[in-house]
Amino acid sequence: MTENRESLLSIRDFGVSFQRYDSRMGQTRLQVISNLHLTVYPGEILAVVGSSGSGKSLLALAILGMLPLNAVTGGEILYRGKELTPERQKQLRGKKIALVPQSVTFLDPLMKTGKQADGQGGTGLTQKRRDIFRRLGLPGKTENLYPFQLSGGMARRVLVSTALLTEAELILADEPTPGMSLEQALEALRMFREMAEEGRAVLLITHDLDLAVEFADRVAVFYAGTTVETARASDFQNGPDALRHPYSRALWESLPQNGFRPVNGFQPYAGNLPGGCPYAPRCPLRTARCETALPPVRTVRGGEVRCYDGA
Amino acid sequence: MKRKNQRTKLLVLAAGLAGVLILIYALGLLIPEKAVEGSFLEAGRPPCLSHPFGTDALGRDLLARTLKGLSVSITVGIVASGVSAGIALLVGIASAMGSRQVDAAVNWIIDLVMGIPHTVLILLISFALGRGMTGLLAGIAATHWCSLARLVRGEVLQQRSRPYIMVSRRLGKSGGWILLHHLFPHLGPQFLAGLVLLFPHAILHEASVSFLGYGLPPEQPAIGIILSESMRYLSAGMWWPAVLPGAALLGVVLLMDRLGEQLRRVLDPVTAQE
Amino acid sequence: MKRLQKAIFLCIRTVSLLFAVSAISFALISASPVDPVQQYILGLGTAVSPEQRAQIEAFWGVEKPLLERYFSWLGQLLCGNLGESLLYRRPVAQIIGERFRNSLALMGCAWALAGIVGFLLGCVMGMYRDKGPDKLLKKVCYVLSSTPAFWLGLLLLLVFSVWLGWLPVGFSAPVGALKEEVTVWQKVRHLVLPAATLSLTSFANIALHTRQKLIDVLESDYVLFARARGEGEWTILRRHGLRNILLPAVTLQFSSFSELFGGSVLAETVFSYPGLGSAVSEAGLNADVPLFLGITLFSALFVCAGNLAADLLYGVIDPQMGEGEKTG
Repeated sequence: MTENRESLLSIRDFGVSFQRYDSRMGQTRLQVISNLHLTVYPGEILAVVGSSGSGKSLLALAILGMLPLNAVTGGEILYRGKELTPERQKQLRGKKIALVPQSVTFLDPLMKTGKQADGQGGTGLTQKRRDIFRRLGLPGKTENLYPFQLSGGMARRVLVSTALLTEAELILADEPTPGMSLEQALEALRMFREMAEEGRAVLLITHDLDLAVEFADRVAVFYAGTTVETARASDFQNGPDALRHPYSRALWESLPQNGFRPVNGFQPYAGNLPGGCPYAPRCPLRTARCETALPPVRTVRGGEVRCYDGA
Repeated sequence: MKRKNQRTKLLVLAAGLAGVLILIYALGLLIPEKAVEGSFLEAGRPPCLSHPFGTDALGRDLLARTLKGLSVSITVGIVASGVSAGIALLVGIASAMGSRQVDAAVNWIIDLVMGIPHTVLILLISFALGRGMTGLLAGIAATHWCSLARLVRGEVLQQRSRPYIMVSRRLGKSGGWILLHHLFPHLGPQFLAGLVLLFPHAILHEASVSFLGYGLPPEQPAIGIILSESMRYLSAGMWWPAVLPGAALLGVVLLMDRLGEQLRRVLDPVTAQE
Repeated sequence: MKRLQKAIFLCIRTVSLLFAVSAISFALISASPVDPVQQYILGLGTAVSPEQRAQIEAFWGVEKPLLERYFSWLGQLLCGNLGESLLYRRPVAQIIGERFRNSLALMGCAWALAGIVGFLLGCVMGMYRDKGPDKLLKKVCYVLSSTPAFWLGLLLLLVFSVWLGWLPVGFSAPVGALKEEVTVWQKVRHLVLPAATLSLTSFANIALHTRQKLIDVLESDYVLFARARGEGEWTILRRHGLRNILLPAVTLQFSSFSELFGGSVLAETVFSYPGLGSAVSEAGLNADVPLFLGITLFSALFVCAGNLAADLLYGVIDPQMGEGEKTG
């Protein structure tokens, strides 16, 4: 359904590693993201779902070109079909690409919330911002409060408002809802949906599969620094047979409504990745070649998957 | 490998710095008294080959006087900061391990010492002890322990809540045993670096107070006294008694500062890796 | 309520400290082998008969116990009587008042200059962290903070007064000039070098502190977010940096009154500037006990005032302290 449209953001074979000084080994490289494939289309909400420590927060920073100085990247990121160079990233930041960060620590502790949400736009945005604050259920006095006076949920709504205020075509939302009540979270997500309907794209980075399936158009399953499957959200609702990767199926089965079966084993952490498919050590379907070579990305039933099974 | 290299490098550098200081100290002691006796034939000479720092208005060789003065400064610095660090250790541990009242009392005393400008307090103590070497040492020792005591206190408090100390206590080890076996080894490096970093401050205060006329008697060679004398001839264009001994003092202070920094980095497991 | 409690606690602490300072300085001075009676008699410059000497001793109360002497001195002090200076033969309070006006001009200029220059340089160092300008300025700061203040003063004196002849050698006014004849311009000319000495030796501290604070701010999450919103580095400094580092810097400046006063003792001595600093040194050298005690107490009061100002500033300006209690 979306495949024929022109992509907004296209990530190919992308990798991030950190240079590190180790006491014994000297300089070492720590691979955190590798062989990442992801395409975002205008007008959709794409959820990237992964457990904590899988490197998904770095993805947002990589797209913005704001990785730490000792990070090395490989592969390519295309924005509207053209390479996203550091200069372009600088131009697009905050204008065409907006970030919704995780927590209250991303707000300046000594600046009043209203002024902070307006950002560089200054007072010209005040009216629009007040509307957005109201819609997000933030009381009128919020704009005169300092961040330390906000509850966790209020702070996140203020953070969400900053993206809603921009003309951004791509919104990177990093765990935007924890700490909000269900009602507030739904309102925030409804606003993301509205933005998607205006033709913008939302990349929703989250650990909450339920929420992703409920609100996103497509869901990318992130595992050990790479995406193992990108599927329509409806595939997750249709059950394990509609899914393509054994890890996605295991995740589905771990949901409370689907049996609450935990996934066996542990996710390998950066610096400790197996040679072939990162899921191989835990996979019931693994074969000899899974352990030696990473499976290529294939399109199966309208979704992308990295798995030899069924090929 | 890398770490070992780094450490060796730091250690060699620290040893080199210490070597230079010891050399200056030894030279000051070894130079015979005759070298600093004045001769009016040589009075007021600008720097030349036989007198690299020139001579003063009484014809005394300024390089020899400066070296002697520096070695006095180094002695004063070491003794005063040693005593000061000892006070800091005792007070810091007492305030961390003692009752709340002890802690409050120590804080109050620190505020008291910090409440009088250091220079004024040193003048006061020096005055009380009759303006001499003893007064000078006591004054410097009494004013320099505060920040190190706070550091020791904070460090002990932090360590005290660590699991391994808790376990020790549960195992029935006494406070003294824990102090000796757990706290001292941990405090040692920080304390040593803190002690060395006191030297430059102590030396600066020694020179300042001697300059004001409170420290050593005028016949003794001290940088502060040389500089104080030099003021009289400044308007006559005699620049060398003011510039060169002062620069030498600055050099020693910077050396000590570097030495302390190096030691801190060698002894600190975190920065030794960088 | 909490704030009021804290303010009362601070006041009690300050008063208790000042009393302790008075007791300790009195005890120290009384312990001195230097005999004030002898000094007084020497100062008179005439021969004194044993009867006269006994009279003077009775006046000083030398034979009374220490505590009794302390309390009678303290009683006089609380009535505003600091005694009479042996050196100047005038009331100590009057001398302190006069000299403090001179010192205030000197320390005020140096304090403001060191604060502003130090803060600006700290900002530059933080923005250029570990690059050329930062490395250079850091070296300058380390060298200046290791430089003896009086030596720096000597160098400035040598260069600007002796060699270049731009500025006068010493005193706050031309020697021999009548008070009414001294113009503001002359006063300023005599102030330049001591103030420069004092601020040069004290700005390093504030610069290095500001540098560290700014680096902490630039590594914070909220600056990361500001960058993500497209703010440039200098905009970030203006919008978030200054806001978060100014208050700690001002507080640090207020709590540095002790070093400021200590430095002024040296700077004033080098330049024969007639302020409190040179007076305290002279008083000690000439065993002018009342003046020595008076200035010591005054300097403690000065430091306490700075510390109190620093504490209060945090309470008034920082919203996290002020408004925090209203909303929860």
